[in-house]
Amino acid sequence: MLILSRDTWQEIFGSIQKNKARTIITVIGVLWGIFIYIVLSGAAKGLDNGFEERFENIAMNSMFAWAQTTSVPYAGFKTGRPIQLKLGDVRTLATRVPEIQYIAPRIVKGAFGGESGSVVYGQRTGSYSVYGDFPVLSKIAAQKIYVGGRFVNEGDIKENRKVCVIGERTQKELFGKYIDPIGKFIRIDNVFFKVIGIKKFEDGGGFGDDGDITIPFSTYRKLYNTGDNVGWLAIAAYDDADVIKVEQDVKKVLKKIHKISPEDERAIGSFNLGELFTKISGFAKGLTFLSLVVGIATIIAGVIGIGNILLISVKERTKELGVRRALGATPSEVRGQIILESVFLTLIAGIFGIILGSFALKGIAVASEGADIPYTNPTVPIPFVLGALFIMVVLGTLIGLIPAQRAVSIKPIDALREE
Amino acid sequence: MIEIKDLHKSYKIGKNSLHVLKGININVEEGELVAIMGSSGSGKSTLLNILGMLDVADEGTYTLDAVPIKDLDETKAAKYRNKFLGFIFQSFNLINYKTAVENVALPLYYQKVGRKERTEKAMQYLQKVGLADWASHLPSELSGGQKQRIAIARALAAEPKVLLADEPTGALDSTTSYEVMNLIQNINDEGKTILVVTHENDIAKMCKRVVRLKDGVIIEDEKVNQVRASDHV
Repeated sequence: MLILSRDTWQEIFGSIQKNKARTIITVIGVLWGIFIYIVLSGAAKGLDNGFEERFENIAMNSMFAWAQTTSVPYAGFKTGRPIQLKLGDVRTLATRVPEIQYIAPRIVKGAFGGESGSVVYGQRTGSYSVYGDFPVLSKIAAQKIYVGGRFVNEGDIKENRKVCVIGERTQKELFGKYIDPIGKFIRIDNVFFKVIGIKKFEDGGGFGDDGDITIPFSTYRKLYNTGDNVGWLAIAAYDDADVIKVEQDVKKVLKKIHKISPEDERAIGSFNLGELFTKISGFAKGLTFLSLVVGIATIIAGVIGIGNILLISVKERTKELGVRRALGATPSEVRGQIILESVFLTLIAGIFGIILGSFALKGIAVASEGADIPYTNPTVPIPFVLGALFIMVVLGTLIGLIPAQRAVSIKPIDALREE
Repeated sequence: MIEIKDLHKSYKIGKNSLHVLKGININVEEGELVAIMGSSGSGKSTLLNILGMLDVADEGTYTLDAVPIKDLDETKAAKYRNKFLGFIFQSFNLINYKTAVENVALPLYYQKVGRKERTEKAMQYLQKVGLADWASHLPSELSGGQKQRIAIARALAAEPKVLLADEPTGALDSTTSYEVMNLIQNINDEGKTILVVTHENDIAKMCKRVVRLKDGVIIEDEKVNQVRASDHV
């Protein structure tokens, strides 16, 4: 076996070592290629993972709808009429749009401008956004409550209980490290509320922060005297539903209820996470694809460099190859040796590139830790690595064929005559 | 050992054809030491190349050790060269990144001889040319005469039927030349058939037979009284 023989390898090492500087520079070309490939595709994967992690708490097929002011006169109303969503809209929507699985009306004090609720515990005070919510919200956007606490439930709604779920920051600012807030009472706008849970903050919903306070919707409307008003609607469609179509249907129904022109694009605002998620994951996939293309193109450039150098090397070694053939080397032995040199250089470069690339990925992962970048667990799938190595071996062989053919196309007699 | 009949060879240079060998007939017996002489352009190198299977004749037959040499493709030629022939070049043609012993072992590598045996044999032949102490040196660390002796050891290592030497002393001063010729004579004394291409008369006189070429034909082919190179050293 040509490949397994120690002699073959010694011949290859011999000729590679002949011009160390050149060999190293050539190898760096390919190494750089595979390094770029590994780092790019690993980073793309890391971004992909990061996005996925951020969105895992939110139903992908969820959307939000809120009311603004009309921009088209309709049914006798002037343009510029402010629209207010009502609790009654919720039932109408649930019956008219069958794709809706969950619908949660929400309302907030603070958050979108306006005054936040002023909150007091003992000597400490702060102002935080106060949300009025239904328990069903947790079906749409997962509410992570720390052990020992709970989210708002049906009983709270029914009995207008004065209970609240506070954010991590609220806990820190009002209670400090040593007091367990659960069961304690805080004053929200001068009304005492019992803390029933602490919510772990998860970014990705688009708004909200780690200081938010949630109270039962029914309690909220009494506290702030908001009647049937609803701030906005959080809606989750069934998994198999097309969230974009649901979004359109919801808007259509809302326009009908509130006597808004069907042509009015501004009166009802909406936003759907599914679309956003599709865009972002499409972006990540695009990045992965781009990194594949760029990486492979760089590898090809590097391998072509190897072919180029081997061509020069063959030219320089014309005489040596002539001597070898005079001593009995067959053309296939000469060809085999040069192709093996090419494949060997490519592979060595590839392996080093993969190792360096992995270190670089590790470095990026460490550097990005804690930073607010959606970047998690940057890995390069094994098939990608094997595929790249395979491509390199194939390319190395193909590119090696050129100098190999050149080497044997010179007759030994001409090769020997060369000075 | 070597039988050549009616050998013709011409080279195409542009539109013209240059007739280099115009019907060469020569027989070389086993154990002969033949000098092939001639001025440049006489065709002596072409003849040696054809004998060395580095080049192919247009016409005529070539028999080496009772094997007809014809229809050579590169692979076959390589095998025959490896088996039958040992080359000694004017410019030594050692591989400069290999040590002396590796250079000598190279033909054995192409004979697929195992590593250990190869090194042993190579060392034997280095001993024979008196350079065993230089085995691990690179060609660049050796003098011209030493290089040529390494090259001779390499030519012998494959145990060929015939040694072909193309101006073996062409790049050496006369003292070293005589040393190299002395070595060639000694090898010949052991019964090896050797052909030496040269244009130096004193070198030719150290052979047993002198063949003179002029314009592609043999003009003289005579046995001579060998002058021992050792007398000059």
